[in-house]
Amino acid sequence: MSARQPNGSIRGERPLVADRLVGLDHQIASGKPSVAGGWDLPADLDKDPAVIPQLADVRVPPELKADIEYRMSLYPDARSAVIPALRAAQRHHGYLSTPAMLQVAAVMKVTPAYLSSIASFYDMLNEEPRGRHYVYVCTSVSCHLSNAKAVYEAIVEAAEEAELGDTDIREFECLGACDMQPMASVDGRYVGPLDVSDAPAIVAAVREGRKPLPGRGLEDSDHMPPGAGDPPPQEEAPQ
Amino acid sequence: MTTAPTPMRLLKDIDEPGLATREVYERLGGYAAMRRAVTEMEPDEVLSDISESDVRGRGGAGFAMGKKAGFIPKGDMDKYLVCNADESEPGAFKDRVLIQRNPHLLVEGCIIGARAIGANKAFIYIRGEYELQGDILEAAVAEAYAAGYLGRDILDAGFDLDLVVHRGAGAYICGEETGLLDSLEGKRGNPRLKPPFPANAGLYQGPTLINNVETLCNVPLVIGMGVEAYREVGSDQSKGTKVVSVSGNVKRPGNYEVALGTPIREIVYELAGGPLEGREIKCFFPGGSSAPVLTGDEGLDLAYDFETMAAAGSMLGSGSIIVVDDAQPLVPLALRLAHFYRHESCGKCTPCREGTNWTVKMLERVDSGEATPMDLELLQQVQTNIEGNCLCVLGDSMAMPIGSMLVKFRAEFEQHAERARMRNDAALVEQPAPELAATPQVGPA
Ligand SMILES: Cc1cc2nc3c(=O)[nH]c(=O)nc-3n(C[C@H](O)[C@H](O)[C@H](O)COP(=O)(O)O)c2cc1C
Ligand code: SF4
Ligand code: FES
Repeated sequence: MSARQPNGSIRGERPLVADRLVGLDHQIASGKPSVAGGWDLPADLDKDPAVIPQLADVRVPPELKADIEYRMSLYPDARSAVIPALRAAQRHHGYLSTPAMLQVAAVMKVTPAYLSSIASFYDMLNEEPRGRHYVYVCTSVSCHLSNAKAVYEAIVEAAEEAELGDTDIREFECLGACDMQPMASVDGRYVGPLDVSDAPAIVAAVREGRKPLPGRGLEDSDHMPPGAGDPPPQEEAPQ
Repeated sequence: MTTAPTPMRLLKDIDEPGLATREVYERLGGYAAMRRAVTEMEPDEVLSDISESDVRGRGGAGFAMGKKAGFIPKGDMDKYLVCNADESEPGAFKDRVLIQRNPHLLVEGCIIGARAIGANKAFIYIRGEYELQGDILEAAVAEAYAAGYLGRDILDAGFDLDLVVHRGAGAYICGEETGLLDSLEGKRGNPRLKPPFPANAGLYQGPTLINNVETLCNVPLVIGMGVEAYREVGSDQSKGTKVVSVSGNVKRPGNYEVALGTPIREIVYELAGGPLEGREIKCFFPGGSSAPVLTGDEGLDLAYDFETMAAAGSMLGSGSIIVVDDAQPLVPLALRLAHFYRHESCGKCTPCREGTNWTVKMLERVDSGEATPMDLELLQQVQTNIEGNCLCVLGDSMAMPIGSMLVKFRAEFEQHAERARMRNDAALVEQPAPELAATPQVGPA
């Protein structure tokens, strides 16, 4: 039985395999093999289309489901909630594992492949288990000017020594806190200015689930990064 | 040089304990401008005040906010206000302080901005890394809802507005306004072809006004103090104050609010404390890492405003000054810079995707001593071929600073390449290597 396809062709009238190889012949003849061989062949209409997982088939933790649905309700187009939903799933599962993706896909009614295309675009979304905790060490321009690379290496070394697991330690681009240069974000807590000697304390705090470097975080009321919000001196002579 | 007292506007009360709460913010006069704009003024009046104040965009391009808002069509279709709080350009950290310390100012700015264009839905797109600031902003928005400043029938004036804080997930390109819109629609943050501009077809294809955090924070000031008082500060074509983020090799990196037109020397030396002991300023980025560098001699005595920076061949951009002192070798810095843009290029167009990649590779060769003198020529050509040939200006944002470094410090690049080559040769014959200026530093892979 032949069914009409969206592109107007009839199933069963698809080119034979031999016909499909014409493209390849052409490549060989011209001596220029295409990198993406077969790009000019018709789409394989027998292949199953990507499916949206059904809520009936996927067990979604109720609190995650409620969270995602709430976020979807905030936007005129529910699809806008993709990033917040993936972030919520990542928080819940530690990373965007296959079950995590299936759950988000089922609640949001999109394909897992679509979610994957999003997750792969953004630095903070992990499709691989990189650790439940993170230490993003900024080594971008301003921090680079304050020797951030050495701080990063010291933290990696300290983490190895202490056999710290379940933590995503990586160099990161500017975190928007160059006034604390060089700095790092430890699970969202901005600390700085850092020195290589701070590395063991940061690692120990992550391991013990404490806030690292008390008094030296951006939100600590007793701490101000040098200059941030300082009333500028009004009558100071040039130095 | 005499210092005119810095007129503090945005950072005036920034150290007030509890400023992030509505109670303290209102005690200091907050939300009064919003009340006026919503209950006493027609949207057109609000819009014309913003236009006459000449507030220019603080997010990079310096486009007049009133003009952009004026492009939004009239009528009762769904319109949107989007606040760009993605702040991810190296060197920029002003929006962070405004959001963290004074979130209600931004909320108030969003309400007035939405009123001016007749938007009933507003979004603040904040970068995902700003977890603390996102929490603070969400709390402020909740307070504003509870007080009836957001939601249905605000202050019984028949004006509805919903404000949603939307967190990103780590992508610099989502700061580009059309990339941001795609990201906010739940897609990859690839910039869109313009036109159509967001004012006509933006979020969900509706008319959309996009402004930076600091731009919107200026709006309550305009309405609150009146156009005339607002325009008293600033230079000819750049009105008002600017929060300048100073970082790099200075004694007191931080945010400083100055009148637009303040000499750069004053900002860098008097406010930020100047370079470290015994150091001289080699060059600086006047407008974040995307701005062509100016040497100390060229740039320090210029006025810090949009038109002077443009005339000097650079730009004010987001208003971030990154100072580089004479102890810093430029090749590793250029490499680190190029690395950032390679990492953040969305890959949609060829000159940027390939150009950023090859720039990194060639700079690596220069740094490791594998470069020939021709490579510098080629490096320069790549920058020229990127400029003006990309869909958005991310490509240019790398090509301009790197290109300017190559032109202004050509000798240093040549020397660096030559020294590294000699060091390699020396290693081959097992002789002690000559000292390199500094160890090369390469960013994340
Ligand atoms: C690659 C790229 C990144 C950008 N990042 C930001 C950003 O983080 N924050 C911002 O306000 N504007 C950013 N912009 C500028 C925006 O595209 C846009 O001009 C700005 O948000 C408009 O607001 P304004 O008129 O108030 O300045 C960026 C532009 C480009 C090309
Ligand atoms: S210039 Fe770069 S970032 Fe911008 S659209 Fe093109 S590839 Fe993407
Ligand atoms: S460069 Fe490190 S926080 Fe900006």
